[in-house]
Amino acid sequence: MAADDRIMFWGEDILDPYGGAFKVSRGLSKRFGERVLTTPISEAAIVGIAAGRAMRGLPTVVEIMFGDFVTLCADQIVNHATKLPWVYNNQVQVPLVIRTPMGGYRGYGATHSQSLEKMFCGVPGLTVLAVNSYTDPGALLREAFALETPVLFVEQKILYARFVDALPVAPEKPDVALVCYGTMVEFSVQAAHRLSQEEEVYCKVVPVQQIWPLDEMSLVRELQSAERVLVIEEGTNGYGFGGECARLLARLGKPMGFVAANPHPIPNSRVYEDRALPSVDRIVEKAIQLFEQT
Amino acid sequence: MTSGDRFNADHLGLSLTQAERLYFQMRLIREFETTLLDLFSQNAVFGTTHTCLGQEANAVAIMEALDRNIDTVWSNHRCHGHFLAYCGKVAELFAEIMGRELGVCAGRGGSQHICWHRFHSNGVQGGIVPLALGTAMAGKAEGAVTVVFLGDGTLGQGVVYECLNLAALWQLPVLFVLEDNGVAQTTPSELVFSGNAQARAEAFGLESAYSDTSEVMALHATASDLISRIRNGGSPCFWHIRSVRLGPHSKGDDTRSPEQMAALQQRDPVRLNERLVDTPLRLEQRCKTIIREALAQAEASPVNDGSLTA
Repeated sequence: MAADDRIMFWGEDILDPYGGAFKVSRGLSKRFGERVLTTPISEAAIVGIAAGRAMRGLPTVVEIMFGDFVTLCADQIVNHATKLPWVYNNQVQVPLVIRTPMGGYRGYGATHSQSLEKMFCGVPGLTVLAVNSYTDPGALLREAFALETPVLFVEQKILYARFVDALPVAPEKPDVALVCYGTMVEFSVQAAHRLSQEEEVYCKVVPVQQIWPLDEMSLVRELQSAERVLVIEEGTNGYGFGGECARLLARLGKPMGFVAANPHPIPNSRVYEDRALPSVDRIVEKAIQLFEQT
Repeated sequence: MTSGDRFNADHLGLSLTQAERLYFQMRLIREFETTLLDLFSQNAVFGTTHTCLGQEANAVAIMEALDRNIDTVWSNHRCHGHFLAYCGKVAELFAEIMGRELGVCAGRGGSQHICWHRFHSNGVQGGIVPLALGTAMAGKAEGAVTVVFLGDGTLGQGVVYECLNLAALWQLPVLFVLEDNGVAQTTPSELVFSGNAQARAEAFGLESAYSDTSEVMALHATASDLISRIRNGGSPCFWHIRSVRLGPHSKGDDTRSPEQMAALQQRDPVRLNERLVDTPLRLEQRCKTIIREALAQAEASPVNDGSLTA
């Protein structure tokens, strides 16, 4: 916002001193005044207004307080912001970024913990980006505006408490590549550490930031040297990141495995939630199972 | 806009007197829509369409009151009249509906997804309203106004009310135009609508206006008044126009009785406003010629089969 004074930002409860439900916008309203607006609880309208403003060449960022609520703006994303540029034969562009916290492990229950991004992966004309704790989220946000499409910018909520870390060096000939995004990147790094220490299985963690559309070429390049592939996602099993990776990687003929959440709503009980969602244990277990296949 | 891509001054009748121009534009829209329905009935055009027969006066009255260079129009599935009154691009609209390269969106959008300069339409009820608020916000600094068209059926969509609230809260320069033709596809309003539309808008703090006429000069006077008030820093406004739909919702899907339709004919804006001009026949002939030539031009354009662009 400091670099481009056309950018506006709005969302629910984002003004100082509160600074948003997860404090991501703390300090912004004080610093940028009228360029930061608090909004009513009207997700469809605030995304659509941002898309309309963006259509006039004015980059706009909207925060959706919980990723679970993106369903409320689905029509704006699917039938308007992403569709109009194409059906209008590219007479308009929509520099719009919809930021939203997804994910569980916080005990928030079934409607405040989901990873719903897969419902939007596959929408033509949309880019879905996901931050992780090994790359600079600010740089990714800047990149989002360089894209020529609206962006769904996914921030897994437990990452808000993390500092950006360096990804451990990968082995040259990994036994298993762990393909993952969001929170699952740090889970995979922990799983890779355990697998090397306890099982002498050497893994390469392959974090993906742009989860839709997936860059097939770079994914194939990253996985070339690995013997086996394990795809890890926090969302529920089925029609998701795992399936998309399988579609693009099937021709490599490598043994593949998949880790995802159990296909039921996220339970309130902490123990039950941990069991429903992917864990480091489950990644380790599934990685070992890949050796049984071959 | 590039120099080769301007409003069609000839088809807008810009050299005519105002009364002649408004009549001429209505007549042109009428010819366009009836020709289109004929083409569909002959299976000469593929897909679907929603004509604005009976609602022509609203379109021309409002576009006449706009500054077409800077103001924005958001229209819905019933958008041909709004579009033609905005820019006069007859051949480009025919070609768009026919999926041809000359089309205003190169045949990608079709009847209800059209865009040119600051005119936009989309076919999902209510979904265009937030976009209209967005363009209103973007244009406020340059003194531009956004007009967004709703139908009575659109009033069932929740996002409309989110937007009435935000338009008033943020004082956005937007005119909501409710073209209330009393029937949503085949469902009469009284089966799906409770209360009073104008009162709904007023409850959110918008200014409001009400018209129950097909008289184009009266509609234009109201449009000019509302738009200039908004442009000069007034509150956003909600204008409820009682209108008539003289054609089917889409193609041949009208379930209304002949008696009902005969009564609605009394409100036909083209016939009703004929007395405004001295030579309606001459203008009608002129419109027929434009339509014939535009259609030929559209038909001569290659079909967009997707081989040009991704």
